[in-house]
Parts: sequence; C-alpha cells; structure tokens
Amino acid sequence: MDGFRPHSEAELAQLLSAPGPAFELRAGGTKRGVGRPVRAPLLDLSALRGIVDYQPGELVLTARPATPLAEIETLLEAQQQRLAFEPPDAAVLGSAGQQTLGGVLMANSSGSRRVTAGAARDHFLGLRAVNGRGEPFGGGGRVVKNVTGFDLPKALAGSWGTLAALTEVTVRVVPAAETESTLLFDAASVDAAVNLCSRALGSMFEVSCAAFLPDRGVAVRLEGLRSSVQSRSTGLLAALGRSAQAVLQAKDSWQLWRRIAGAEALTGCRVIWRLAVPPRQAARILDDIAPDVFQLDWGGGLIWLGSAQLDAQRVRGALRGGHATLIRATEAERSANAVFEPQAPAIAALAARFKAAFDPDDRLNPGRMS
Amino acid sequence: MLSRMICLPPPDAAILARKAKILSGLRAMLDAADVIDDELLLRAYETDALTAYRQRPLAVVLPHTTAEVAAVLRYAHREGLNIVPRGAGTSLSGGAVPTADAIVVGMGRFNRILEIDYEDRCVVAQSGVTNLAISQAVAERNFFYAPDPSSQIACTIGGNVAENSGGVHCLKYGLTTHNVLGVELVTPQGEILRLGGRHLDAGHYDLLGLITGSEGLLGIVTEVTVRILPKPQTARAVLIGFATAEGASACVADVIAAGIIPAGLEMMDGPAIRAAEDFVHAGYPLDVDAVLIVELDGPRAEVEELIGRVTGIAGRHGATCCRVSADEAERLRFWAGRKAAFPAVGRISPDYLCMDGSIPRHRLAPVLRAITELSRRHGLRVANVFHAGDGNLHPLILYDANRPGELERAEAFGADILRLCVDAGGVLTGEHGVGIEKRDLMTYQFGPTDLTVQHRIKHVFDPQVRFNPGKVFPTLSRCSEQGREHVHSASVRHAGLPRF
Repeated sequence: MDGFRPHSEAELAQLLSAPGPAFELRAGGTKRGVGRPVRAPLLDLSALRGIVDYQPGELVLTARPATPLAEIETLLEAQQQRLAFEPPDAAVLGSAGQQTLGGVLMANSSGSRRVTAGAARDHFLGLRAVNGRGEPFGGGGRVVKNVTGFDLPKALAGSWGTLAALTEVTVRVVPAAETESTLLFDAASVDAAVNLCSRALGSMFEVSCAAFLPDRGVAVRLEGLRSSVQSRSTGLLAALGRSAQAVLQAKDSWQLWRRIAGAEALTGCRVIWRLAVPPRQAARILDDIAPDVFQLDWGGGLIWLGSAQLDAQRVRGALRGGHATLIRATEAERSANAVFEPQAPAIAALAARFKAAFDPDDRLNPGRMS
Repeated sequence: MLSRMICLPPPDAAILARKAKILSGLRAMLDAADVIDDELLLRAYETDALTAYRQRPLAVVLPHTTAEVAAVLRYAHREGLNIVPRGAGTSLSGGAVPTADAIVVGMGRFNRILEIDYEDRCVVAQSGVTNLAISQAVAERNFFYAPDPSSQIACTIGGNVAENSGGVHCLKYGLTTHNVLGVELVTPQGEILRLGGRHLDAGHYDLLGLITGSEGLLGIVTEVTVRILPKPQTARAVLIGFATAEGASACVADVIAAGIIPAGLEMMDGPAIRAAEDFVHAGYPLDVDAVLIVELDGPRAEVEELIGRVTGIAGRHGATCCRVSADEAERLRFWAGRKAAFPAVGRISPDYLCMDGSIPRHRLAPVLRAITELSRRHGLRVANVFHAGDGNLHPLILYDANRPGELERAEAFGADILRLCVDAGGVLTGEHGVGIEKRDLMTYQFGPTDLTVQHRIKHVFDPQVRFNPGKVFPTLSRCSEQGREHVHSASVRHAGLPRF
C-alpha cells in the first residue's frame, strides 16, 4: 500500500481495522464539493478499479467501485446495453476528474429516466465493502431477484461514503433502446408544463422522461424500437391534443437529455440546489423561492435551482414534503449550512444509530452528511 | 403445535405468567373487541401460508389507528413483550408465525385507501389494504399497481412492503421496493416516523429501502404510498414447447440477450406441464419436456414486432410448437395452466415442498440437470415451475408424509437444492422471504461478518430484539437445517389462492 491508497479489500480492511485517523474517501473526486467539508486525510480508493464480471446475456455487471463510469458505459454500449438510470454527467458539480461507478452509487445519482426506470439504488444489486470498523462484508447478490436478508445495497446507496467504503459492486444493466425521439412543446406556465408532463407520463405511450426548460419548453422523450417510437409519438400527440413545436431524433434527442440531466443550464450559477418534490407542488415552490434560473425534470418532481444567493431558509421553507440538497456553494457556506435536508428528530436519532452501526468511531467522511 | 423441523425461540415463562396483567394493560388502550385471547379465536393467528408451523400467540390485537399501534408498541416496549406484525397471513416462509409469548398485531382494520393522486401518479393506502384493491381502485382511469404476487387478492400492501413481494411481472416492472414511495412506520419503541412521501429518493440514508423487505423485524408499517403506472396498451402471450429443458433455457437466455424484456417469462418442465394440463386443460403440448410462456406488453406496434423476434429465436432453438395468443381469452388460457401449476401438482402427490431459490439465468440448464440428478439420488419426484426470466426457481418436491422417512428425504432434497442455488452464484430466496423457513440456511449464503452487519441494523431499530423473534437470522435455538414451504393436501391454508 502506498500512503493511504489500498489496492485490495484486504489492504483497506487492514488500514481501517488498525487505530488511526478518520478519512475523507475519494476515488474520482468529482463529488467532493457535495456535503459539509470533510477535514481529514484523503483515503484514495482509485486503485480499486476494473471490471470483475460482465456477461451481457445475464444483464448484470460486477466491477470494482473506482472503475470510471465512462469505461463502463463504453463496455455496455458495445453490447447494445446501458444503465437504465442514466447517471448524469458530473460537470455541473464544477470539479475535474472522472466519476466512478462507486461514486455514482454512493451519491444515488440518477438522470432523467429515474422517473420511469428507477434510481441508481434500484439497479444496485450487490456489494462488498469495508465498514468503519475495518470489517469486510457483503450484501445483496449477483441475481436480479433477491430478498435474502436486509437490502444492504439500498442502505448504502446515497450514503456518500459515510457508512463504508465499497470494494466491489454489482449492478443491473438493461438493453439499450434502438432509437429515441424527443417532442418539444410550448408551455405558458410552470403549472401548465407540469400538467403536460403528468399527462404524458400517465399515458399508455411509454414516455421515458419528461422535463421543462423555460427556454425550450416541455420535453417528452420516447425510446424503443424504431417503429414503436414513431407510432407512439403519433399516439401521444393525439392523446394530448397538441402538436409538437419541434422534434429531436436519435443523437440530437440523446444530447438534449444529457444536457438536462447534467443541469447544464445552471453551470454559470454561483449557488445550485437540487429539490426532489411532489410534482404538482413544483409551481408553488418556484413561486415561493423565485430563483434566478431553474429547470424541472422527472415530470416536475426534480427542481434544479440556480442563483447568486444561498437562500437556505427560503429554499427549505418552501418544501412541504420532499428534500433539498445544496449541490454547489462555497466551502464556508457548506460549513455553515446543512447540505442535506435536515431530518425530523426521531429519524435523525435513528440515522445516527445507523451510522454508528457501521462506523462507530466516525472514521469515514466524518460530518459530511450532518 | 410446532413441527419438529424448525424451532422458534422458547417462550419467556415470566411473560406467560403475567398474561392476565398484560391483557388488562392492552384492554386499557384498545376496545375489548380488539384484544383477542380466546383460545379458539387465537387459532386463526397460529400460522400463515407455511402451515407446517403453528404456534398460538399470547394474544392478538387489532388496532384501528396509527395512534393505537403506537400505544400498543410503547406498552410492549415498556413491558418487554415480543411483537409479531401480521398482514393477511399469506407469507410462504413463516414470516407471521408467532411465538407463544408474543402479541400479534393484526393490521386487518387498516383497510382504507386514503388518496388517489393521478397527477402525481401515486396512491396512499393504509397498510392492510390488499394488493389487488389498489389496482382495482385505479382501473377506472386505466392505471395499475405493478407488483402482482400470486396471493394478490388476499395479501396486504403492508405485508408486500415487509416481504418486498414480486410476482410474474417483476422482470419488467420491478419488485415492491421499486414501486414504494413512502411509508408511515411505527418503531419498536412506539415512535411514529414518515419515510419518503410523494417525492422520489431519500434526502438522507435510504431507510425506506431498508424497511422494504425487512420481514417485520424493524417496525410496523401503517400507511404506504405507492406509485401507479398507466396500463399497457396491449398484452399478448406466446406459448412455446421444447423437446428439452436445455432448449428452453437457451431460448430464455437468447431472448434476454436480444434486448427483449418481456413482461413475464415463465417456464414449466414435463411433470409440471402434464399435471397442469390434466387439471385445467389449458391446451399445453404434452409431447414436450418444457414450455415457456412469454408475455409481451406495451404499445401495439412494439408488441407485434417483439412477438416476431421471440418466435424467431424460439425457432432457432428447435421449438416444437409455438402459439401466439390471438385474443385476451387465449392469453388468459395460456396463463391458466401456469397459475394452476401448484394446486395441479398437489393433485398428483399427497404432499409437496416449494422451494424459492434464485440463480443467474445462464445457469438454468446446469442447475435443472443437477436437480434431476438430486431427484434420482433422493428417490423423490420433482416438478419445476418458475420465473425463468429472472432466474427465480420454484422446484416442487413431491412426497408422501404418511410414508416413513419420506418427509425427511424431501427436506434433505430441498436443502440440497437451496445449497445448489447458492453454489451456482444465486441466493436462498428470490421472493418468498427467509422467515423461519430458510433461517437456518442463512449461514450457507452469508459469512459471519455479513450476518453481524445485518444483526447490527436489526439492533439499531430494535435493541431489545423483540420484533418478530426467531425470523430471518439463525438463532441459538436452531434445531435443523431445513428450508421449505411444507404443504399437505389436508391442511393447505388459503387453498383457493393461486400460487406462482
């Protein structure tokens, strides 16, 4: 082992089972700007990389967690497969580097298809990891259908490296769509936009994504077989009683959704928030907050806000259910404000005990989610 | 009386001795009619769908409100009493089997759908609402709730959350965990928590994901918010016969590899086909050793094209017959045999054990061969009926409990099958849960540290370890290494429910 850079699960376990400092966990490093700043030496996990097993016919892939996402996407593409949850580009987080599969899972980071195909956590089948006690353990499995014991992949997805360091992950993959198409519609208001998204997602035409960009209008995505996408577009337009302002095909459509999921419209903003809300509340929440820049995804269930000011009280005060995460802010602002949604006291107490079950001495990303 | 095969933790004599005091404590917080201690009435709660295991609880309470559930749990926490949560009692793994010193909390009175929200595409229901009732409530607007466990006319949505229930359509639509947005949970300490809601994803640790599939070990769910989906425009099924199980298995692999995700992809072997055909006359071919039922749903244009691709793949794997459902009646007829397969097997054998292992799909053919070999070695017949698309096996081991030694042989055979599944890279249970049934095989799949990590999670929620005692984790009272649903023709509970 060179410095704090383990090359295997055994080395990682040895490091964490011996008395020592707390660590900031890092592999690709693209998500370091999310969460309260961690003031601890780096534990560099980037050596834990490489594909362990991939059999396309099985629709399952096992890899070490620091494998770059791009490498996995290239591998899948060659077999006409993909990750259903379409992890977004990390560029909006403003950091260089390559995001890794493990990082995506630890952040439960999902793209626009999340609203219909599920989140990263829904495709996370199994894991091996080392907890803060230095114990290597496994959970879940390598099969798609499994109810044996507690669902540890779900417990770790979205835990931002505060419970355990992953050493191996298994994810479900799906066949890639033959083609895709995006219909664009004008919308007079946020309410009208969300309503249109709801009608599209509630139709029988298997819409996979629905978003609202104030400068482009409502975008509705159809994916699948060529013949099917065509006939579903026709059917959807008839059901909505609308004609599309524009239609993007194949690569153009894909690129638009890449930009939406990556919240490219907000890259110039000093402060960025990401809100998961009940879709029909989106218009009221935006009225209450009045941000400089915004976009909606997940049919209105995901609000991206960009502004010059932090406005933490105004943002969190506007929520009635759901949660707000501070995605971009200065280190000082992230030190002084909760980055993740504060929890009800009883749940916070439970979460603290949950953290302690994995990491009683607070050695993994201390304070990051507090 | 409990079977000799699996032991529950012995009752706490001090609790049994305080029975009268405990009953009056419970009656102080609930209506008299909602606290049951009559021995005859308690019999209804002594088992679930794993009927070989029976144990009368100390008492049963039937609360009406979340506040009542919380009051009961606070009282139990203070008094150190064991709690067994219960939905409709359709668990196939003994998840709702009580201990003698436990209070069963029956959720049957939580039977109201609270809200249907078509705009945000979700339903809020009390946890005792049945799975099917949710789909029925939204059918008028052409929506449905996707997970469809075979017991869906009886099983409750709260029980589905506890077991992370699947069904024949989870290949495409996912399990319960993929379709639950939020729950109201009462902890073992009697605290009321809301996890999730009508939004997507957790803002902190995913405790909702952890609760789902936790088999009643972490608390009682009183309310559930699920997402609902628009019904597919059309659904059609293809019935394909093969001379060998190998041919059928290879066809399954190629359908998946071709990028097709059928709504359902089911397989039956020769013995299961013949039993089902004798029973319901679904029109299955009898000169084959395996049939596949491939259901495709979605937009009409897509389904048409996929049917062409599936029949093409079947032909290349030497299918001896291939029929596409011409109408809804024929589609349902194809399914009738599959859905009746368990009771059909019950007609050709006095008893059977149902296993529930899950394996990687590419191991289907070798695992089936190994099961056939085990069948020879144990001298017992086996019929295979399963969710081939997601590798979830349901081998049915046929035996006669009245013949000395046969039950023991069937048990040994069943445990061998589950070990075979784990050895093939799979798991002990794909959808029925561990319960008491597979509890003692957990050490075969998980190492000591894996289980310690899970134990600690249990303790986070339930430090006194009083919730659903004796389930999921091997205990010191372990007295066997078996794992199965034991069904005797004379004692099948919920006999009218289809099983698949």
